[in-house]
Amino acid sequence: MPTFVYMTSCDGCGYCVDICPSDIMHIDTTYRRAYNIEPNMCWECYSCVKACPMHAIDCRGYADFAPLGHSVRVLREEEKATISWKIRFRDGREKNFVSPIRTTPWGSIKPPSDYEVPTADAMSSQELAHEPEALHIDALPALAPERLKQVLV
Amino acid sequence: MFAGNPFAELSAFVAPAVMQAYVVVMFLLVVGGTLFDTIHKKSAAYFFGDWRNAKKKGTRAVGGGEMTVLAVQTAAVEVLTSGEFTNSRRRTAHLLTMYGVVIYVVTTVILVFAYPTPATPAPTIIPVLWYLGALMVCVGGYWFWFFIRVDVASEGNSPFRLVRADLFVASLVLSTTFALIWAIFQSAGSTAWAIVFLALYLIATTVLFASIPWSKFAHMFFKPAAAFQRRMEEANGSRRNLPAPAESPATFGSGRREPHNF
Repeated sequence: MPTFVYMTSCDGCGYCVDICPSDIMHIDTTYRRAYNIEPNMCWECYSCVKACPMHAIDCRGYADFAPLGHSVRVLREEEKATISWKIRFRDGREKNFVSPIRTTPWGSIKPPSDYEVPTADAMSSQELAHEPEALHIDALPALAPERLKQVLV
Repeated sequence: MFAGNPFAELSAFVAPAVMQAYVVVMFLLVVGGTLFDTIHKKSAAYFFGDWRNAKKKGTRAVGGGEMTVLAVQTAAVEVLTSGEFTNSRRRTAHLLTMYGVVIYVVTTVILVFAYPTPATPAPTIIPVLWYLGALMVCVGGYWFWFFIRVDVASEGNSPFRLVRADLFVASLVLSTTFALIWAIFQSAGSTAWAIVFLALYLIATTVLFASIPWSKFAHMFFKPAAAFQRRMEEANGSRRNLPAPAESPATFGSGRREPHNF
């Protein structure tokens, strides 16, 4: 379900603009409030819903399969490391969920800038960045390039 | 220079009655513009509709005493200290601009109505506060304009791109900037430059007060009402339909054991 903004609650802080991976949260030129410029392109990651400090962002299903009148509200409590979801159906039923925001302690993940810059040799490696140590294993099984057979298709 | 009353110096060219009439017209524009804005956008109808809905969905009634406490909390947190801003830079810039405007407008009214001519010298503190208020607006306003505005800081637009959302900030900052430059030229005796910047000051100020139906000027009246409404919804249990605060951080949140799934 793509997201939309209650413009009366939004204060135009721009957290959703910064966090949106699809770059579709923008600032309206008339009221300086955030809005989803293209719901069809929304990844539905809900990053903006969780990041909004004013709880001004909600989700809405596409009208052809989700009847209007529902709501999905999110409360992110960083100090408790919890995120709570309240789903209200249009017939009045409610479902509430609580989840941890993350599964590892705060600050335990090194940001990319704390890692060493990879060398040019890494380009020919079949492993992704920080593998295999990030997976807590000694090595990943992989075919060496010389063992690969070149064939015509 | 910062202790002189610029309006008393101006009275040599413009009659105090004209200055006072201009201030009254600006005041009427604020009242008329805000009322028009409220009726045209149906803000009041929306606010009271929201109030009724929240009351209907609430799980408990809020009494008069509790409502007074909420009003005091709203005044202390959201109004006086701009507490709803989570970005500390934006909050500081807003506080500078807000208190700058209050000081600047109040001292302007005092200088124009109580000390309009050199024959009625103003206590030094009032012109000093007038300059200080205008400077605070400039510092907060330009900081916001060039470094904090989301369409500039996050979206990468040019700070010189003007859209309708900028009407209030742009006219306010330009008004105080031109006021300061006019006062400085006037006290330095540069009459020609003083007239140019007085004209620009008057244009920017008139735009600021006459553009209320199209600008964000009225937010200073709507925002406290919206903040009070939010506190009321929190107190009566409707909570804008938000989930209840998580009760078991030990199970779901920060207090839970470290996962051993890898």
